[in-house]
Amino acid sequence: MTRDNSYQAVMARKNQIMKQAVGIDYSKYETGKVAFEYERMMEETGYTLEEIMEIQAQTGVGNTPLLELKNLTRLVRKLSPPGYGAKVYIKDEACNPSGSFKARRAAVSVYHAEKMGYKGVIAATSGNYGAAVASQAAMRGLKCIVVQEVFDSKGKGQPEIVEKGRKCEAYGAEVVQLTVGPELFYVFLRLLEETGYFNCSLYTPFAIAGIETLGYEIARQVKEREGRPPTAVVITHAGGGNLTGTARGLLKAGCPETKIIGASVNLEGLHMASDRDFNRKSFTTGHTGFGVPFATWPDRADVPRNAARPLRYMDRYVTVTQGDVFFMTEALAQLEGLERGPAGNTSLAAAFAIAREMKEDEILVVQETEYTGAGKHPTAQLTFAREQGVEVRTGDPADDKPGVRIIIPEHPGMIRVKDFDLNRLRRSYIKNCIENFKAERLEEADLKFLAEDTGTDIEFVKSVLEGE
Amino acid sequence: MVQKGQWVEIHSIILKPFERAPQVPEDTGKVPLEMRVKGFLLHDAEIGETAEIKTLAGRKVRGRLIRENPEHGHDFGKPVRELLEIGPKLRALLKEGEARD
Repeated sequence: MTRDNSYQAVMARKNQIMKQAVGIDYSKYETGKVAFEYERMMEETGYTLEEIMEIQAQTGVGNTPLLELKNLTRLVRKLSPPGYGAKVYIKDEACNPSGSFKARRAAVSVYHAEKMGYKGVIAATSGNYGAAVASQAAMRGLKCIVVQEVFDSKGKGQPEIVEKGRKCEAYGAEVVQLTVGPELFYVFLRLLEETGYFNCSLYTPFAIAGIETLGYEIARQVKEREGRPPTAVVITHAGGGNLTGTARGLLKAGCPETKIIGASVNLEGLHMASDRDFNRKSFTTGHTGFGVPFATWPDRADVPRNAARPLRYMDRYVTVTQGDVFFMTEALAQLEGLERGPAGNTSLAAAFAIAREMKEDEILVVQETEYTGAGKHPTAQLTFAREQGVEVRTGDPADDKPGVRIIIPEHPGMIRVKDFDLNRLRRSYIKNCIENFKAERLEEADLKFLAEDTGTDIEFVKSVLEGE
Repeated sequence: MVQKGQWVEIHSIILKPFERAPQVPEDTGKVPLEMRVKGFLLHDAEIGETAEIKTLAGRKVRGRLIRENPEHGHDFGKPVRELLEIGPKLRALLKEGEARD
């Protein structure tokens, strides 16, 4: 029997393919028109924090150093009014086997795939997650395929993604490289069907639970050093998993007061699926092109119910410019002796600005670093940007225009965050729920769920619904 | 002629412009969805011909042979003056005054 492999036919088989490739019956957790039992899903399908620590220890993942950024803290205080300027720490996640925090996600997914008897794993990602899955698969002896969006229609590859592809190959993975477009998902589904491999989705309960150890370690390490929990943690926000997992870990470590701040690179005006815009951006992750759509509609992911639900945990969401992040990447190398990033330094750039608003006795943690190298380095990205006709110059980052102009701040005091209106994100999430689930009349369970899922209360949800 | 067993790259069109997802933006909708995969060549073939490879995951894939011994061309780019100026500037700022340390 030959299968119909047209785009429409494969997409129509999506749920059936995913059920086999993830092994979770999501329908068990549905409780209303839009509601589902999030915590029960996390408990029953995932692993406990202790189990995850054990799984990650098996492959040398986690327990990364927490470094005090002494010179950057001094610089922050020089630029702040008296009494202001928080102490800044950074969690050096580049020390994980594959060079980023993504090893934590991959460790649990690949462990689970092995336990369930899958012969191999597949991940659809152009980011560090591919290398993480490939590295974990190598350790556990599973086959691995990584599907990436790499090129534009002229065959020009984004240097950061080309490097990540190389890294996947270095760990023995097959890398399927595609041109720009959302049909990456279609190729991914066909590969899952052809191979019967496990879907190492970034958004399963395993993948999110894997990041909880990161939040947990931050809490433990800060308490050991300072005798109290961090005042705030800044987390680079893209698909929402990093923020969700870290926040859950902090809660499990007994830090309900710690503020959770999401940070993304502003790429407003660039269309993520546009062949033309694709190579006009210098960041392939950690940007608003993922951060906003995934916050306002998490269930757009490759599994029916995304375990990454950032609005539940986010206290503040800020953006920085591409130039700010390149500046801070250079500052981290020059003042702290840490050559890392750049994409992971999105949270560092935001933290540098936020620390200036905080009191001297407060503690701010930058939640990750990532490895750097050819293609992934600011010099590679800026050279490529210039070749694509993007202007790069020193100046005031307020003049930044994604796709047109990258401004390297003239002075560190010019690095500022822009606050994104969280209520706007919450309202648009609620509206997306109603629209996508075609839910006309909501039940009590739905209202309660929407309140929890937006980190608000039933009154807020009702006010949005009535405003329709 | 590329010899059997060589490490090569193949190319294929996955979706033609009219077969693409309905939601793609106009510019993307005008071009096909293309794929490139690397592997070991399973038979002798000329560049430009259809060929079959075995990938690192052990899958057999067919496509147009485009490169023999494909290298990773990415590098660190050119020195960027705007970045080079940051280190000295920050060190000078830290030294300035030392008032509040």
